[in-house]
Formats: sequence, structure tokens, C-alpha cells
Amino acid sequence: MPALAPNDLFTILPALLLSLFGCALLVLRFDSPSFPVLLLTAAEALAAAALWRQSGFLGLTGFSGAILIDSFGLLLNTVCLAAALLVAWGAYAHLARLGEDHPEFYSLLLLAQAGMFLMIAGTELITVFIGLELSGICLYTLTGFHRDNPRSSEAALKYVLLGAFSSGLLLYGFSLLYGLSGSTHYPVIARALASHSPSEPIILLAVVPLVLGLLFKVAAAPLHLWAPDAYDGAPTPATAFLATAGKAASFGLLLRLLVGPLHDLRPAWDGLILFAALASLTLGNLSALTQSSAKRLLAWSSIGHSGYLLLGLVAANRSGIEAILLYLLVYTLMTAGAFLLLAGLDREGITDFRGLLWRHPGVSLLLVILLVSLAGLPPTAGFIAKYTIFLSLLQAQKFALAVVAALYVAVSLYFYFRLLREIITPSGPTPPTLTLSTGWRAAVGLAALLSLTLGLYPEPILAWARSTLP
Amino acid sequence: MITLLLLPALGALALFAFPRRLAWFGSLTLAAATLLAAATVPVDAVERYRWLPSLGAQLLFVNDGISYLLIVLTALMTLLGLLASPAQPRLFHAMLLLLSAGCHGVFLSRDLLVFFICFEAVLIPMYFLIGIYGAEDRRRAALKFFLFTLAGSIALLLGILTLYFEHARHTGLFTFEFAPLLATPLPLSLERIVFWAFFLGFAIKIPMFPFHSWLPDAHTQAPTAASVLLAAVLLKMGTYGFVRFSLPLLPRASLDSSLLLALSVFAILYGGWLCLAQTDWKRLIAYSSISHLGFCTLGIFSLNAPGLTGALLQQINHGISTGLLFLLMGFAYDRRHTRLIADYGGLSKSMPGFAAVFMVALLGSIGLPLLNGFTGEFTILRGAFAAQPLAAALALIGIILAAGYMLSLYRHTMLGAVRHPVNLTLPDLNPREWLIVTPLLVWSVAIGIYPAPYFALLSRPVEQILERLHP
Repeated sequence: MPALAPNDLFTILPALLLSLFGCALLVLRFDSPSFPVLLLTAAEALAAAALWRQSGFLGLTGFSGAILIDSFGLLLNTVCLAAALLVAWGAYAHLARLGEDHPEFYSLLLLAQAGMFLMIAGTELITVFIGLELSGICLYTLTGFHRDNPRSSEAALKYVLLGAFSSGLLLYGFSLLYGLSGSTHYPVIARALASHSPSEPIILLAVVPLVLGLLFKVAAAPLHLWAPDAYDGAPTPATAFLATAGKAASFGLLLRLLVGPLHDLRPAWDGLILFAALASLTLGNLSALTQSSAKRLLAWSSIGHSGYLLLGLVAANRSGIEAILLYLLVYTLMTAGAFLLLAGLDREGITDFRGLLWRHPGVSLLLVILLVSLAGLPPTAGFIAKYTIFLSLLQAQKFALAVVAALYVAVSLYFYFRLLREIITPSGPTPPTLTLSTGWRAAVGLAALLSLTLGLYPEPILAWARSTLP
Repeated sequence: MITLLLLPALGALALFAFPRRLAWFGSLTLAAATLLAAATVPVDAVERYRWLPSLGAQLLFVNDGISYLLIVLTALMTLLGLLASPAQPRLFHAMLLLLSAGCHGVFLSRDLLVFFICFEAVLIPMYFLIGIYGAEDRRRAALKFFLFTLAGSIALLLGILTLYFEHARHTGLFTFEFAPLLATPLPLSLERIVFWAFFLGFAIKIPMFPFHSWLPDAHTQAPTAASVLLAAVLLKMGTYGFVRFSLPLLPRASLDSSLLLALSVFAILYGGWLCLAQTDWKRLIAYSSISHLGFCTLGIFSLNAPGLTGALLQQINHGISTGLLFLLMGFAYDRRHTRLIADYGGLSKSMPGFAAVFMVALLGSIGLPLLNGFTGEFTILRGAFAAQPLAAALALIGIILAAGYMLSLYRHTMLGAVRHPVNLTLPDLNPREWLIVTPLLVWSVAIGIYPAPYFALLSRPVEQILERLHP
């Protein structure tokens, strides 16, 4: 085993900082209830600084190739960082109302994010698996964080059981990859697999469980069944984190594997991904149509979004990967914003939104922006995100897929507008009360404003996504 | 020209900083300033701003005769619409201003992506205008309007993207700019596919038969100002799209236009036929729009100079006349709170001024000589005769139908005995309402008596399009 070099530590510096602060939050006790949020903000600021410092050392590897610093990873890590910050700011008032206002929530956010860092930056099977489990355990706990609520515990249990099952599948695939190549490092695996044909049974035996495990993690149909329940049962801020950072990190892992060592075996996993994309689009969008709870509606729609994201991979070209990264960035902003907005309300039924426009015009405006962006209409960032996915599909000459994807935009429009319709309908029975804190205002306001401004001037994020691929 | 987008859009946000009582005056000032700015844009002005170099999209605004008439119409209608809704809240005024900003973007942009974004973005304020401030069944109508037009827009987007990639495949240059895309060599089969994709987007917006069913609902449920803008401006995006983009970009696919001519003629007759059966004043005007826009598409797909010029002029005329009719209907609705024709009757006794203005608007809409409608329809029919005499002959029946339903509407609302005593006490037009109708009356008569400047304005753009069609 080679000695630990300072370079190694530098490559995981953001994760180190995050876990340090995460553990500190567990140990320290505070009198001021807002102190954990401040500490988390400080941790994220330091992590952001570390990420920025790392951006000057692209291509650096640590732990003999287990960690790779590249702009792809930096972008996704920034997405996770933004999600954690928004969630932490928006969570405080909601947790206080539930009576679950404990510093552990923020600690779990930080630790989960540290795990996500390893998932995204890791280029070695064991490393990414450790990251996956670290973030997974934190996310399970976050899902069950509302201990007095049986639905929350039920959701957590479901998530743990199915999560463990999918980790098993993933590990099964990993072990066969190790058996085939004799190494856990991506570059070595890639070289070893080059001599295999995609139709060999052993390759299929390794690739299929692996891809299925990954599809579970990104909540894509037909392995999505945990997602609506977990998203619905978890405390809403935890849902916001789960649906955004959790998905971004899982996509990081999925892309690194499928576009990296498994790239030449494309025929072995191509069909699976295509099927999952279409199934997610169909099930996610159609099931969202009939929901009566806004939270479940958003949960189902996030499965639909997984479908769009996977289409970028189906396109099998450079612009498809760029589109996925851009989509994840925008998706995180709008989904975190929308879930956090729900967290500010004390009820979640769609009809509870009736007349919101007259009682809370400012909040309604933010919700309108977020919903319009989720539906993918111009001039919001959601349009640019969907648009880049279409662009990559058309560039790959997959016209039929583009048409199908476009039709589902119309479907999704219908259910997002069900919510809009309620907002603009006057006079509900009893209005939901809003619990607004400064942090909540900052988080939701920032998410909505960025969703709008990045739609009006998307050049920075387009250029950023473009610069991530060599 | 970017001021035409920024002024109303930023102004709409600034309205919320105004005190509630002053917001209406604020919005009027903004709309008046926008109108002034629109009227003073020089024809052939070009403005270019960097926007998305990585996708090849930019903010490129070009003004020509076609665009100039439409932006002036948009700005004027916004101002009049605002003037007609003093009692509405700030949000309503802000939405109207946002709507006009989007429309200016549609009519000025020569970058297909920006055009598309504006084309879509206008749906959102219109959805809220109908959905929040409309009549009893407003939310269903608003959603129907939204889903119909969105479905078309998706087809349009896919068409635009296909063009974009074909261009890039041949030249290596990714661009949405109109001028370079003209040179894209498309195989005829693909050109046809793109043409029909564009057709879906534009035909639903106009709306052409058989996509017209959203229009009567949306119009009937919309508040007055929204109806006015919908009829006068939003529907023109479809015809404008055909003239500006479909014909020059896809000339060979446009040439076999017999199906489109047939659809246009059918819309003229069918729309007129439906009008005869309406009992709802606003619905009748909405169906008459379908018939009138049939004339516009008839002119466009005649594919000759008189046809195109007539269609472009007629879309302005339709904006003026139908806008005026909707405004007048709104004034009557403010007084009686009903849209049913049977609830009116004999209004000329209590409201002589209103009846006189209504007469002029109606005759303009029918196409009486010396009023605006005549110049447009006459020119269109001249073009249509040259292209397809049978279509023109059938379309003529549409004018007779128009005279039938419009005069019958007049008889049942303005003339005859007063069936409801309350109608006797209705006040005539007040000064604010006179202020609203006067510019439209003047414009309508001006086009009818002296249309030469409009033909001069349109002749060069039309020539350019014809050069593409018949090189």
C-alpha cells in the first residue's frame, strides 16, 4: 500500500471538510436554533472554496487513481452543493413546525453530500460503492427523520429494503467486473473489457444487474416504485434533497460507468436504458395526472424527469451528455425550489392551493415560475434543459424519440397546470397557513429567480456544460 | 427595437412598485411610450445582440413593412386594451404588458429560436388573463387554449430543429438566423415534413379549420382586453409565421398548396355558416374571425403578389375591425353583464353613439368599400382568382354570409323594439370609451380611402418572398 500523499487528501478535500463539519454538528450542542444552519453554510462555503481550488488541477488523481478531479465531477458536485444549501436554508421552519428541529438533520445532509462527492469523483469500484452507501444511509435516515409520523418511518423502511436490494444488484455487477478484469479501477477495467464482445453471456451477467442497480438509484421506471412513497413520506425538505442531490450524484455514477469503462459494451445496456427512459416518461407523466397530493405529483413528475435525463444518454452523443449535465443543474434548482415551497405550506393537497394567488401573491409568483420551468416552457431554464435534450436526440437522428418526448411535455403541462389552475381559482375553504422564515424566502426565491434568469440568459450554464467534456 | 421588448416587460414588473391606484396610469404611460417607440422604428432597421453563441442563437431584430404594421398594431391594441380595463388589478395590466412584449419579439425576431421562445412565452400571460379574469367557464377554456397551441408549438419546434441540423450538416454552421437558413439544401421529402410541422404550429395559432375549436371558447371566456389582443394580435402570429418563415424557408413544399387553399375556403364558409347560428354575441364575433382569417390564408396560399399583399393588409384590417367589435361588445357587457344577443335589442335608442360606431366596425368587417375590410378582401380575391378561380368564387359566398350574420346581429341588438326595459336606461359611450374607439375608426377609414402607403410598405417584402417562391 503506497504512503498517503498530501495530493491524495487534496483530491477529497471537499468530502473531508463536509464530513468534518457533519461530525462536528453531531457532537456540538447549540443554544441558538439557527446555529446548525450557519455552521452548514460555513461548511458549504469551505467546500465550495475547495472545489474552486480543485478546478485549477483538472486531471489530478488521488489514492492511486481512485479519485479523479475533472470538470464533469466539479459540475455535479456543485449541483449537490447548491441542493444542500437550498435545502438547509429552506428546511428550518418546516422542521421546527414538525418538532423535529435537530442539528442531526444538517449533519446528515453534510455526510450524505460527502458520500455523493465520492460517487461523483470516484473512478474505482470500491470507492464509489462506499460513497453510495454513505450517502444512502444518510438518505434513509433523512427519509425517516419525522419519527412521530408512521408514514415517514414506513417510507424509510421501504427505501432501506429496496435500496439494499439494489445495492446488492450493483455489487453483483461490480464483482463480476472485478472478476473479468482483475482490477477495480475504471481505466484498467476499460482495457480488460476491450477484448470482450457485448453479447457474451458473462458480460451481460455483469452489465445488466449493474445497470438495473443504477436505474434504481436514479429512480427510473420500472425500478421506480420506492420513489413516490419515499418522496411522499419523507419530511418535505428531505424529499427536496433526495430528489435533487440524490439523483444528480446517482447520474454522476451512472454516466462515469456507462460512458467510461462500459462504453464499448454499449449494445449490452443500450436497450435497457432506452426502455427505462420510455417507461419513466410514460409512467411518471401519466401517473402524475391523477394525483391529488401536490407532493406525490411532484414525486411522480420527478420520475418523468429521469426519463428525459436518460434520453440524453440514449442519444449517445456528446451533446447528449452535455444536455444531461445542464438538465441536472436546472432540474435541481426547480425541483428543490418546488419541494421547498411545499415545505412552507402545512398541507399538500392540490386543492389546498386554491386561491393562493390572492392570499400570498409573492409566493404564488415564485410557484408559477417554478411550475412553468418544470413544465419546460420558455422563457424559463426548464425550456433550455428540455430543449438541449431534444437537440441531442435530433442530432442523433432519433426523430421518433424526439416526438415522443415532446408529446410528454404536453402531458406534463396538463398536470403542472392543474396546480396552476387551483392557484388562480378564487376562494378556497380554509387557506393553508404558510410558515415563512428568512432562510426559506432566500432558498425558494433564489431557486425561482435562477430558474427564470437562466432561461433568459442560459449562455453561462450552456458554456459550463460544454466545457465539462474534453 | 429591443426597447419594444424591454420597456413593457420591465415596466410590467415595475408596476408592482406603483401604488395600487396609480398602476393603471402607469401602465397606460408605458403602453403609450411603447406605441411611440414602435411607430418611430425606422423600416429596415436591424439590431443584433449576442445571446447564446454556443447554440448559434442571437437576438436579431429586423424591421420591415410586414413587421412594422404588426408592431404598431400590437402596441396600439395594448394601449386600447389597457384603456378599456381601468377597474382591473395591477396583475392584469402587468400581464397585458408582458403579452405585448412577447408579441413584439415574435414580429421582430429573425432568429428562429428567439422567435419560438416569444411565440411560446405569450401563452403564459394569456393563460392567466383568461384563467384568472375570464367569465364563468374560464379555467377550462384557458387550459384548452394552452394545450391546443402548445401541441402545435411542439411540432413547430421540432421543425425548426430539423432545419437547424440540416443546415449544420451541410455547412458545419449551427445557426438559427433566418438569412443563412434560407440557403439550406433540403431534400424535397424532408422539406415537406418540415413544412407540415410548421403548418401545425401556425395553423393551430390562426386557427385554421380543423384546429379552430379552441378559439370560440377562449374568446367567449376571456376578459375584453384579452379578447382584443387575442383576436387582433395573437392570431396574426400564425399568418405571420406562414408568410415570414414557411414560404421563404420551404418554398418548394409551399408550392403545392391546393389542400391549404381548400382548407381556407372551407374555413371561410364554415365559419360564416356557424356565425349564422350563434346566440352569443361574443361567440359570433369569434367564429367570424375564423372566416376572416380564412381569407388571410387564402391570400397567402394564392402565392402571388396581390394575394400575399392582400393577406398582409387584411390581417391588420381584421385586427382593427375585430378588435373594435370586441371592445364594443365589452362596453355593452360592462353595462348589461350578458353576452346573449336576445338580451339586447333596440340599443340604438338609448345608445345612438354606440350604435353608430358599431355600424362602422361591422361594415368594415364585412368589407364595404371605403372601409378597411374592402381593400384587403378585394386584393386577396384578385390574387385568388389568378391562382385558383374556383376558390375565389367560393370565397365570395363568404362575403355574402358575412353580410348576413353581421347585419342580423345588428338588427337583433341595435334595432327593433326594446324587449328589456333595462336597455332603455343604458348610458351612451363615455369620453374614455370614445377615446378608445376613435383611433380605430380613424385608422379603419384611412385604410379604406387611401391604402396606397400600406401597399408601398408591403411591396418590397412581398417581392422578396415571391423571389424565393418563383425564382
